[in-house]
Amino acid sequence: MNDGTAATAPEKLAAGGRAAPRIGAWRRFAVAALIVLAAALPFGLSNYQVFELTQVMIYAIAVLGLNILTGYNGQISLGHGGFFAAGAYTAAVLMHRYGVPYWATLPPAALVGFALGLLFGLPALRFEGPYLALVTLAMAVATPQTLKYFSWTGGNQGLNLAKPSPPPGLGIDRDRWLYLFVFVVLLVAIRIAANLLNGRTGRAWMAIRDHPIAAAAMGIDTARYKTLAFGTSTLFTAVAGALSAIVVGFVAPESFSLFLSVSFLVGSAVGGIATIGGAIVGGFFIEFVPNFANDISDAAPWAIYGLAMLLFMYAMPRGVVGSLGPLAAWLRARLRPGRSR
Amino acid sequence: MHLFLQQVCSGLASGAIYASLALALVMIYRATDLINFAQGEMAMFSTYIAWMLVNAAVPFWAAFVLTLIVSFIGGMVIERIVIRPVENAPVLAAVVVTIGLLLIFNALAGWLFTYTLQEFPSPFPDRPLLGALLTTRDLGVIAVTLVMLALLFVFFRFTATGLAMRAAAQNPASARLCGIRVGRMLAIGWGLAAAIGATAGIMVAPILFLDPNMMGGVLLYAFTGALLGGITSPVGAVVGGLIVGVTENLVGTYLIASQLKLTIALVLIIVVLVFRPNGLFGTAMVRRV
Repeated sequence: MNDGTAATAPEKLAAGGRAAPRIGAWRRFAVAALIVLAAALPFGLSNYQVFELTQVMIYAIAVLGLNILTGYNGQISLGHGGFFAAGAYTAAVLMHRYGVPYWATLPPAALVGFALGLLFGLPALRFEGPYLALVTLAMAVATPQTLKYFSWTGGNQGLNLAKPSPPPGLGIDRDRWLYLFVFVVLLVAIRIAANLLNGRTGRAWMAIRDHPIAAAAMGIDTARYKTLAFGTSTLFTAVAGALSAIVVGFVAPESFSLFLSVSFLVGSAVGGIATIGGAIVGGFFIEFVPNFANDISDAAPWAIYGLAMLLFMYAMPRGVVGSLGPLAAWLRARLRPGRSR
Repeated sequence: MHLFLQQVCSGLASGAIYASLALALVMIYRATDLINFAQGEMAMFSTYIAWMLVNAAVPFWAAFVLTLIVSFIGGMVIERIVIRPVENAPVLAAVVVTIGLLLIFNALAGWLFTYTLQEFPSPFPDRPLLGALLTTRDLGVIAVTLVMLALLFVFFRFTATGLAMRAAAQNPASARLCGIRVGRMLAIGWGLAAAIGATAGIMVAPILFLDPNMMGGVLLYAFTGALLGGITSPVGAVVGGLIVGVTENLVGTYLIASQLKLTIALVLIIVVLVFRPNGLFGTAMVRRV
């Protein structure tokens, strides 16, 4: 599952040490083993645990979208819950009203997410840091209201969806099939994100994040790339939303509150905002921490989110996964005294 | 016509509340270049302090003043402990930290005071005035806002501390060379903002009832007001807040259902930022590179 870090690591290693090809091969093997392990995992767990892990992967895709925008392009969004809702409702309405099969709702949801992101990204070009945060915050606050207002969204009650059944003849039940389905989408999402971020587009995004004026001076079309970052980011998040609608089998306005948007930001900050693997750590955090916290008191999830945000910003601004690289470098330097002295 | 005027007047009253909170946002933005997303929740928390005092049989205005003092100190402490480390950090860190503060205050209030709605006494009697155009309560809210604005104006215009604060906000390096303690000025700015926010909270609580999520919508309107007036201009914040209050009421009455009120705020924010990013009264920021 650490595919994301693996994708960026070979370059660093190639720059830093002679042993790069061998380590690269080992990494490939480790990643393959992890993928097999993750695919086999649901067969040893209870139905509910499988469902929880499926949720983790869905959140990971959503956080990955946010990381692309905020971590790699430096545009802050507090409203990704809104795009998540857009994807979820696209899938739900297509399935509920038009009888579209669940797997066929992903491309339209992606398209809707991409189009909405571009639309939102255009005015966002004029907003700097805190203003963009403000606009997206307003969007997050307004999302449930807007969803309630229209009738084709099912209003307050939302929409109930028939849970998809696994393909016949495969011999696995629904929960495990959905787990595998989401798992494949996650792998594809990580692959696409890694390719984008390691290539020309990703470099342009990071250049804009680090120094917009220098990036423009080097010939990067900042307006185009920033809008593209927005669209790509919301595409990922909308697909996650569609998956969530499919897996949960239910959409309602109140599930897309500000809390959801803030969850994505917390997940992103905890995992590491400018990492791919961090999205998975973030997914685990979002799924499990509020559940545990709810046992303490109603207020605890918010408090823990808030404290986590402060803590990570002060002590570990790169997040868990983002801190692994420097930590590994430090360990390597420690373990090989001959080279460091 | 009567309905229209009535809506305008009650819009002005709620606008005055948005204006107060917008003013708090502007104070912090001018001092530290931050948008304080936790401003609303800080105000909500202050209101709970006032509520506790009133419940402990402290007379209303005494409770009001005590709350302002406590909030002022609280604001300074927050600046010192929470905000200082991210003052020169990237925008993202600052945004995340203030959002974190928002969550913590919300949770703290929910934990200490529960999520049930509480009634909050109004200092002003609720009597109709001028042929039921507005109530004495509306008038009281507007008067409190105007008095606060006047006091702030006097403070910034005629006192040494006010002058030092303006200097520290405008040019921290030069101000420091003149012997102004910039850090302390920023802390005072946060304290003042917290006290102004507390006023807004105490004014709005009798209308909305007190609960930890009370300020969510109000904060959004306050943001809209601050942006509309220009986030660098205190006068703009007040005018912007009033305009937002009146618009909200009129649009809710005549145009569309009130469920979409928050969506209107969102649209208004985007329109302002696209067409007039510096607001009505704000000054353009010139940045050298």
